[in-house]
Amino acid sequence: MVRLFLAGLAILCACLTANAQEADLQPILQEHQEIIAKSSRKTIKPAIDAIASSGLPQAQVMLETWAAKNMWMRKSDGLFFSGQKGEGRSYELTDFDTGEVVGTFEKTELKQLKPNSGIRAMIGTALVQFQLTDPDRARRQAALQSIQRDPEGELLDPLRASIDDEPDADLKAQKQRLERLLTIGYDTDTGARVAAIEEMSDDLGVDVRAALNPLVVTNRQAAATLPSDMNIAAVLQPDSDDLSRDAAYDLLVASDLVAPRVSADDIRAALAANIDRGRVEGVPVAQLSSAAARAQAYEALAEAGAVPALITEADIDAALAAHVFFDTYAEPSPDVTAAAAHALEQIELKVGLNQTLDLTLDAISLASIYFLAAIGLAITFGVMGVINMAHGEFIMMGAYTGYVVQQFIPNHTLSVIVAIPMAFAVTFAMGVAMERLVIRWLYARPLETLLATFGISIALQQLAKNIFGTQARPLTAPGWLDGAWVLNDVVSISYIRIAIFVLAMIFLGLFLYIMKRTRLGLEMRAVTQNPRMAGSMGINPGRVNMLTFGLGSGIAGIAGVAIGLFAKVTSDLGSDYIVQSFMTVVVGGVGNIWGALAGAGMIGFLQKGIEWMNPSNTLAAQTYIIIFIIIFIQFRPRGIIALKGRAAGD
Amino acid sequence: MDRSFVAKNPSVLVFLAILSLFTLGVTILSEGFGIGVISTSFVKTLGKTLCLCLIAVAMDLVWGFTGILSLGHFAFFGLGGYMIGMWLMYERTRLIVVDSLGQAEIPPTSAEVVDAIGIQIFGVVGSSEFPLIWAFSHSLTLQLILIVLVPGLLALIFGWLAFRSRVTGVYLSILTQAMTLALALYLFQNDSGLRGNNGLSGLQNLPGVTTSQDVVSIWFLWASALALGLGYMLVVWLVSGKFGSVIRGIRDNEARVRFLGYSVEVYKLAVFTLTACIAAIAGALYYPQAGIINPEEMAPIASIYLAVWVAIGGRGRLYGAVIGAAFVSLLSTWFTGGQAPDIPLGFYTIKWVDWWQVLLGVTFVLVTLFAPQGIGGLFDLWTDRRHPDRHGANLGPDDGALREKEAIE
Repeated sequence: MVRLFLAGLAILCACLTANAQEADLQPILQEHQEIIAKSSRKTIKPAIDAIASSGLPQAQVMLETWAAKNMWMRKSDGLFFSGQKGEGRSYELTDFDTGEVVGTFEKTELKQLKPNSGIRAMIGTALVQFQLTDPDRARRQAALQSIQRDPEGELLDPLRASIDDEPDADLKAQKQRLERLLTIGYDTDTGARVAAIEEMSDDLGVDVRAALNPLVVTNRQAAATLPSDMNIAAVLQPDSDDLSRDAAYDLLVASDLVAPRVSADDIRAALAANIDRGRVEGVPVAQLSSAAARAQAYEALAEAGAVPALITEADIDAALAAHVFFDTYAEPSPDVTAAAAHALEQIELKVGLNQTLDLTLDAISLASIYFLAAIGLAITFGVMGVINMAHGEFIMMGAYTGYVVQQFIPNHTLSVIVAIPMAFAVTFAMGVAMERLVIRWLYARPLETLLATFGISIALQQLAKNIFGTQARPLTAPGWLDGAWVLNDVVSISYIRIAIFVLAMIFLGLFLYIMKRTRLGLEMRAVTQNPRMAGSMGINPGRVNMLTFGLGSGIAGIAGVAIGLFAKVTSDLGSDYIVQSFMTVVVGGVGNIWGALAGAGMIGFLQKGIEWMNPSNTLAAQTYIIIFIIIFIQFRPRGIIALKGRAAGD
Repeated sequence: MDRSFVAKNPSVLVFLAILSLFTLGVTILSEGFGIGVISTSFVKTLGKTLCLCLIAVAMDLVWGFTGILSLGHFAFFGLGGYMIGMWLMYERTRLIVVDSLGQAEIPPTSAEVVDAIGIQIFGVVGSSEFPLIWAFSHSLTLQLILIVLVPGLLALIFGWLAFRSRVTGVYLSILTQAMTLALALYLFQNDSGLRGNNGLSGLQNLPGVTTSQDVVSIWFLWASALALGLGYMLVVWLVSGKFGSVIRGIRDNEARVRFLGYSVEVYKLAVFTLTACIAAIAGALYYPQAGIINPEEMAPIASIYLAVWVAIGGRGRLYGAVIGAAFVSLLSTWFTGGQAPDIPLGFYTIKWVDWWQVLLGVTFVLVTLFAPQGIGGLFDLWTDRRHPDRHGANLGPDDGALREKEAIE
């Protein structure tokens, strides 16, 4: 009861203060009653401006009501109210100023105002100034975003007015930045704009460039004399690198300054239209199959006055000499354009530096993918000298293992943690089986090993197709790997790529540890150098070969899980990497893990570098990489890091 | 040494006799010239198979006799196809364009004709200009020369680079595979000038020939058989002379041949280039029968299949390569074409379309392990030829003369 009383008191007070200021919304609405009722986008502007600039608190509610199509006009006196649907076809009307219900009316007595999308957009703009000072932080944020999306000069003043009272430091910074950007584009004072441009000229943000770029847009024009009232960027000489002869003449034609050239098509059409008993001006039609004969016939027609005359080279020269060609800025103030061009230049330089950094990060990430794919191969091919064409299929099996594990363990983080040892186990077992059944019979016959493992590779690929189907299967990364590490608007790298880099480094360490610090590694090195001698020392070469091959295959399986996280898991996942993997090992140097690292680094950087030069064409990049590798092998047939001495074998 | 070529190689006569009988038989049974038992599409399949046999002979020369496991010969095959395809496509489009422009009131100029052909051919890749590599496509003679010249030159340059730096064994195989991949990727681009992944199409229509495909397919069968016969004789002649001894020596022990004073690189280069040319000719005969060529055909996998055919047929003997190519490719067509009957196992039905590749892969592993002589080895059983029982198993052509135990020791 007390609460109700207080509420009533509050409303009363509000009414009193409103009355005291003698500013109600309704009179303003009535002033523009006709155009509001008409609801035309072309004429509505003064009404919205008047409402928005009234500074009344209820204006926001009124505008929102209007935009939501809930504003009604009472036909009897033309007053506007907020309408709420009541029983049947009646509506309950509420006064905007007092907030009081004025009564219930039948629909026939009322007219609903339905602003179209154009008007709603204008209302939205008008509402922004209210939203900028809204007590709700989320709404202020939304208002800022809407300004960023669709900047307009009219928003500059409300934005400036709202900065000082902004309580949130973060939003305040955003508002100040936005104010600078709007100043660049829309302030009426040239000095303020130049100052704002200079202030922002060391900022890398895309929005700064988006604000500056329209200022330096030029428009190419031609005229008889150079106009003095335009902001001219450059005067161009026709028949130069900037403006070719043809382009210059086309520009004159487009500006309606000279007659268009008569094209080959025009000539043919004109001739076809003037055939007279099998001849055109005395030239038989059958002879018109050469350009010279056509020109002759056309000139005859032109002399007879039937068609416009040909434009000769001399005509073009004269026309070009008689006109000036120039680029103009759309922006009228030369100070602003000069400052903008200078600022853009500075920004470009910084952007270039950052792009180089970004490219380097990309290249490192690509290199670590190649390294990951190749590290298993560095063991089987590099250390053992066994060429395993089914290596790619081991990668694929690892990825499919990850997919299957995810079917049973829905938690993505846990499933990846489980999938890694599972993939290792599956491919390790597969590798051991393959070594025992096939490869050990072929140790002295490398070419046949290549072919036999290729046979296994096509069989495994088809098996995967038969089991999992041809469509790609998802292997979803855990949520905490989504997103990217954003340094600024230019440099960013996704977390998953960082994870792969870390994984590659872990594998490098693991490999070095196994090879240099464990009994197995010692035996492996002994067997690969001299199996007979190793055998005499009590090492079982068969067992060591089996374990080495299993280890290489198992690592390929783990690489498969990692690759599957960002690539689609399909049955030909592996064959996409097999050639690159072999290249990595061959280029880097066989028998040496650092070689594989160097090879992966070189191929990764090279590929990104070529892609940067020709960004639209990754196919070309791969082609050039392979050609480069073929040539590289000429100069370092044993790879970047070549083994020396006895270990080099033959 | 006075004995004639045929007397030294009696198997050539047998081979040529079988080939002629086969060609004659197909002609009689065909729709175009005979009683129509064999459909035209199957005649085309047989003609294509003959071309595959020809490239298998080339592969056997380079792998089985010289010991270079090239995984790039299908690239040369494809290039040959592209070269003839360019002329076929240009000429056919030209006839169509001249015909349609002839309807206009004013006769077309030659520049207009070329422009219209360009639009017709390159419309699919959003261009209308003739790229530089089409410069000779208007002339059949020049383009026929290019069939041999372009793949030959590519093989020459690549081989020179590879052999000069003494890249051998599996490294060379991987390098040739990389070359094939590079070429295929290059042709996949639209701006390579060969219509990107659309490839060249409509090649089965010979320009200016109005006879039906029934007859044209037989012409191509004859041409393919002739090419196979000539290619086979050429290769047999090569391997039966001194040249053959040297390349076998290179296969078995390259270093020893080099120390005997032979220029190993020149011999290898000669074989590599020659086989590339033979492969290109095979391709130029194959693709007009296939009707379409695109970069997919040149993917590295195709060249590996070629090695599979030769290995299954039996390396180091030319008829083995022919048998392998014919047998495996026809069987493959049969299985993947859905003609092979499914095998119901109760709980699962084996569909050969899905399982053929698995079968092929496993068979291939088994052949490599247990029958390195391939199908051709059966002829040894028949002629009762025995290999001397030396230490352990045959190492295969790459390590050649050494037996397994000798090699390890």
